[in-house]
Amino acid sequence: MSPSLLPWFLVVQRLGIALLTLVIVSFAVFFATELLPGDVAEILLGQAATPEAVAGLRAAMGLDEPALSRFVGWLVGLAQGDLGTSYVNNMEVVELIAGRLGNSLRLAGVTTLLSVPVALSLGIGAAMYRGSLFDRMVSVLTISVISVPEFMVATLAVLIFAVWLDWLPALSYGADVSSIGAMLKAYAMPVITLSCVISAQMIRMTRAAVIETLNTPYVEMALLKGASRRRMVLIHALPNALGPIANAVALSVSYLVGGVIIVETIFNYPGVAKLMVDAVSTRDLPLIQSCAMIFCVSYLSLITLADLIAILSNPRLR
Amino acid sequence: MMADTPSSTTPKGTTRDRTAPKGPGWRFNWVGRIGLVIILFWGLVALVGPAFAPYPPGEIVDWDYFGPVTGKFWMGTDYLGRDILSRILMGARYTVGIALAGVTLACSLGVILGMMAAVAGGWFDMILSRLLDAFNGIPSLLFGLVVVAAVGSSIPVLVLTLAAIYMPGSYRFARALAVNVNTMDFVTVARARGESTPYLILREILPNILGPVLADLGLRFVFIVLVLSGLSFLGLGVQPPNADWGALVRENIEGLSLGAPAVIFPSIAIASLTISVNMFIDNLPSKIRDRSE
Amino acid sequence: MTDPLVTVENLVIGATTDAGRHVEIIKGVSFEIAPGEIVALIGESGSGKTTIALSLMGHARSGCRIEGGRIRLDRSEITAMTEAERARLRGTEVSYVPQSAAAAFNPSKRIMDQVIEISAIHALMPRAEAEAKAVELFRALALPEPEVIGARYPHQVSGGQLQRLSAAMALIGDPKLVIFDEPTTALDVTTQIEVLRAFKSVMQQGGISGVYVSHDLAVVAQIADRIIVLRGGEVQEVGGTEQILKAPQHPYTRDLLAAFEPVPHQPLSAAEAAAGILRPKPVLKVQDLCAGYGHVSKGEPRAKVLKNVSFTLERGRNLGVIGESGSGKSTLARAIAGILPPYRGTALFDGTELRPDLRNRSKEQLRRLQIVFQLADTALNPNHSIGSILARPLTFYEGLRGKAREARVIELLDMVHLPASLRHRLPGELSGGQKQRVNLARALAASPELILCDEITSALDTVVAAAILELLKELQRELNLSYMFISHDLSTVEAICDDVLVMYKGAVVEALPAARMSREAQHPYSRLLISSVPQLDTGWLTGLEQDPELVAQFARR
Repeated sequence: MSPSLLPWFLVVQRLGIALLTLVIVSFAVFFATELLPGDVAEILLGQAATPEAVAGLRAAMGLDEPALSRFVGWLVGLAQGDLGTSYVNNMEVVELIAGRLGNSLRLAGVTTLLSVPVALSLGIGAAMYRGSLFDRMVSVLTISVISVPEFMVATLAVLIFAVWLDWLPALSYGADVSSIGAMLKAYAMPVITLSCVISAQMIRMTRAAVIETLNTPYVEMALLKGASRRRMVLIHALPNALGPIANAVALSVSYLVGGVIIVETIFNYPGVAKLMVDAVSTRDLPLIQSCAMIFCVSYLSLITLADLIAILSNPRLR
Repeated sequence: MMADTPSSTTPKGTTRDRTAPKGPGWRFNWVGRIGLVIILFWGLVALVGPAFAPYPPGEIVDWDYFGPVTGKFWMGTDYLGRDILSRILMGARYTVGIALAGVTLACSLGVILGMMAAVAGGWFDMILSRLLDAFNGIPSLLFGLVVVAAVGSSIPVLVLTLAAIYMPGSYRFARALAVNVNTMDFVTVARARGESTPYLILREILPNILGPVLADLGLRFVFIVLVLSGLSFLGLGVQPPNADWGALVRENIEGLSLGAPAVIFPSIAIASLTISVNMFIDNLPSKIRDRSE
Repeated sequence: MTDPLVTVENLVIGATTDAGRHVEIIKGVSFEIAPGEIVALIGESGSGKTTIALSLMGHARSGCRIEGGRIRLDRSEITAMTEAERARLRGTEVSYVPQSAAAAFNPSKRIMDQVIEISAIHALMPRAEAEAKAVELFRALALPEPEVIGARYPHQVSGGQLQRLSAAMALIGDPKLVIFDEPTTALDVTTQIEVLRAFKSVMQQGGISGVYVSHDLAVVAQIADRIIVLRGGEVQEVGGTEQILKAPQHPYTRDLLAAFEPVPHQPLSAAEAAAGILRPKPVLKVQDLCAGYGHVSKGEPRAKVLKNVSFTLERGRNLGVIGESGSGKSTLARAIAGILPPYRGTALFDGTELRPDLRNRSKEQLRRLQIVFQLADTALNPNHSIGSILARPLTFYEGLRGKAREARVIELLDMVHLPASLRHRLPGELSGGQKQRVNLARALAASPELILCDEITSALDTVVAAAILELLKELQRELNLSYMFISHDLSTVEAICDDVLVMYKGAVVEALPAARMSREAQHPYSRLLISSVPQLDTGWLTGLEQDPELVAQFARR
């Protein structure tokens, strides 16, 4: 294989793996929700249902078909954008989600735009001035944040900004979003909370990645050429730490998925995660499956993207 | 023969020091020691704490709700007027117990499979790695949500779910370490001697990855505590009237705006446990800690 | 004599160990370097030679600190400077050629950018001028395609070329002093010559002073004017190169020189030969052995390393296998041991065929053929005590337990001249030479008939290596062993072997008796290899003439 083709081969291979993973994940999601519970028809009709009514409903829902064929049907439906019908209110799942997806994406997008640059500069800065007061402060802060559950960060934020300072509303839902100021206020709390949660990991991993490359012989060589600390980090260490850093960013941004579930619940934010938590409490399986798939797909794409960056930033493969 | 003595970059004193971090004689700095003390404290509480609870944890003992800290109720009372101290002592058993059971299950399974994959290689390794990597493609809290939605929440379900969430990560970590050790000449020598795979895994590889694996177990324990608390906070973890620390925070979240001790003390309990584990692991001697993050 | 360029007075460098203990690694070293002079720092591992060399740039590796004494370079007092002032000197006054250029080049930047980086950091000249100067240097260092080689990435050029490129990198800022830190140690001998020549000629033309750090006296003899012999952070002897080689004063220097010329191998005595006649079958007979790595299709692996290797090893005799990196000599040992099952060809051990994969061999076959690896550090499990490392094969092969096993462990330690008390220690507490002895003792524990030795002395200091060779000979006399001895070092092979195989790119190019190797080798590659081994003679490199066609054909420069 010619050297110039090798990275593209790896890219295609990585995409193939992602696709395969997606199939396995959807398999897991489908069977975790479909096969484990007693019987959907019984749940829907309640305990008082007659066996005839249950059997009728099962037939109507196609539950008496073999599991595998239902799985394939479900997958094909997914691919065509048919997410099924909610058990609870008989609405199309697509419609239920469509209204919420934008909200969640906006929350995630704003958070990412805010936290990635901040976290990267803090991580690189901490590595550049390793052992300094700045570095130690960053270390203590990040370790505190990653050590506590997301809801506690959120609770703390509510306590400080909404209760004590009374700057921001504690809830997002139904907040007045007519002016920009009001909208900023509505978003501020969830975004601050989520940013804290995902930045901490990113800072730690970025710092570790840069420090690892700072210990290589070629950085020592740069030192022996008279390079300044700044030059060693920015010119020599950083380009080689790109792969690990991309990985750190993707992994941290994928924490959004977990964080979003908690944050949307706490702030009563009308996003997909809130929808899913509600669906869990009503055991609305089609809705749960669809939400789960949305999260898994976004998680997978982020991780795959990071791997692709790592592959393409490796000079040996160029 | 004359120069055949320990080389002088490592004078005799240092060779001794280098081997000091073995067995119980590990050295920690004071941050690590504080962490260890807090961990041991909570472990002890989980074991015997409930016996020292001043009131039955499920009983309403105060007419007032969200009561303040008093001589009678050291940590105040909750939204129903139950004693928070007693509930935290009992909650320690749920939080620490479930997390410990989950992490032990996840890590033992992950490490054993990881070492087997590293030694066996080939198809076994490839299929197992692909499968577990795919499993890793599911966000942890989400997986918990789905499973709990499907089968309902109970303690065995929680333990198994948490173990299932963290097993692939543990597998991947142990496999990476074991693959490195497996390429070492001493493993090749043992293999050339004709040793069996179980011997290679248990005698040659395991002792050399044990330190990092234990450090990794500590980190995973923290993650499990966090996810368990998160699930409980969403009302999907330990079910009322029992409560782990996350559930205690959820129950009493209304008291937040009042600054009630009922919501503050359980939060402190969670944070103190997770931060101290992190402190302890971050300050382990680097030889044990060297983990790939 | 003019004022010295470098004066080092009473230099003390301390280090803090992981456990927080403080030790002195350099204990009051003083020396001077005259303008235009090249001084060699010679010593074994742990002698502090690299630490001293780096301190001339005002640099101490992490954990180390310059604690006393003065270093003066030209008019600058390095020891009194701030880090920023030192940074201004680096690259312009004093520069550095690293041991491994492959690791010292940033993999993600083009070579040219790194070579001229010094001129950018110190704003010495415009970029175009710097590039032109770099190309001049490439030419002076005899690099191929000097105009375009700078556009490549480090992984796209060979190790020998990278090493010369790193010299260009050091010379771009017209330094007064260049520090060479074991710059040819990682290279093959045939490559080493060209690199040494290039270094020597640019240093002479520029009249630049140099510090040449090495453990290899023969290499240093070619390039240095003066030699400083170091041991344990102290100067043992200082003298002109000729004087150190011809008339060493200090006993340690004499040991170093003695280790360079090991006692020649004594062929089998008549009695021992008679013992062999009783079992006339050769201990190992290999025929058309082929092995390789990678995905197997149609019974052949993708990367074929060994190509139809055949030889016979008579009982009680020793076979040397020499070749450069990538010649397949280690693969040969692994294929015979069954670690890497050969895909074609046969190996007969004492007349019976060995199955390709060691998993299909009998325990008895495994016991009789043992393999010893190069790096004792990785060959001994760091978590097992010496005692349990030696006990395992005793239990495994012979079922020995308890007292009997303990006694046998002590006996084995005694065979390799180690005290019995060592069995309670862990490998990390032993020196390199001791570890290699344990490594050997573990093979002896199986009571083998043939031991495959894979570069077992290569990672050791010369004096220690010489002692291990003596031990091998002694064990052979006592235990009637045969060795297959793999090495890249000709003098080692000459010291212990009866016959030699010369390998090149996975094939045996020549087989001949070791004693006649240097004189009677026929194959051009063997001759090139033999002529490339540096001699303890200051005029060797200058006087050496190699056929350029031969070099072009076989050396990968």
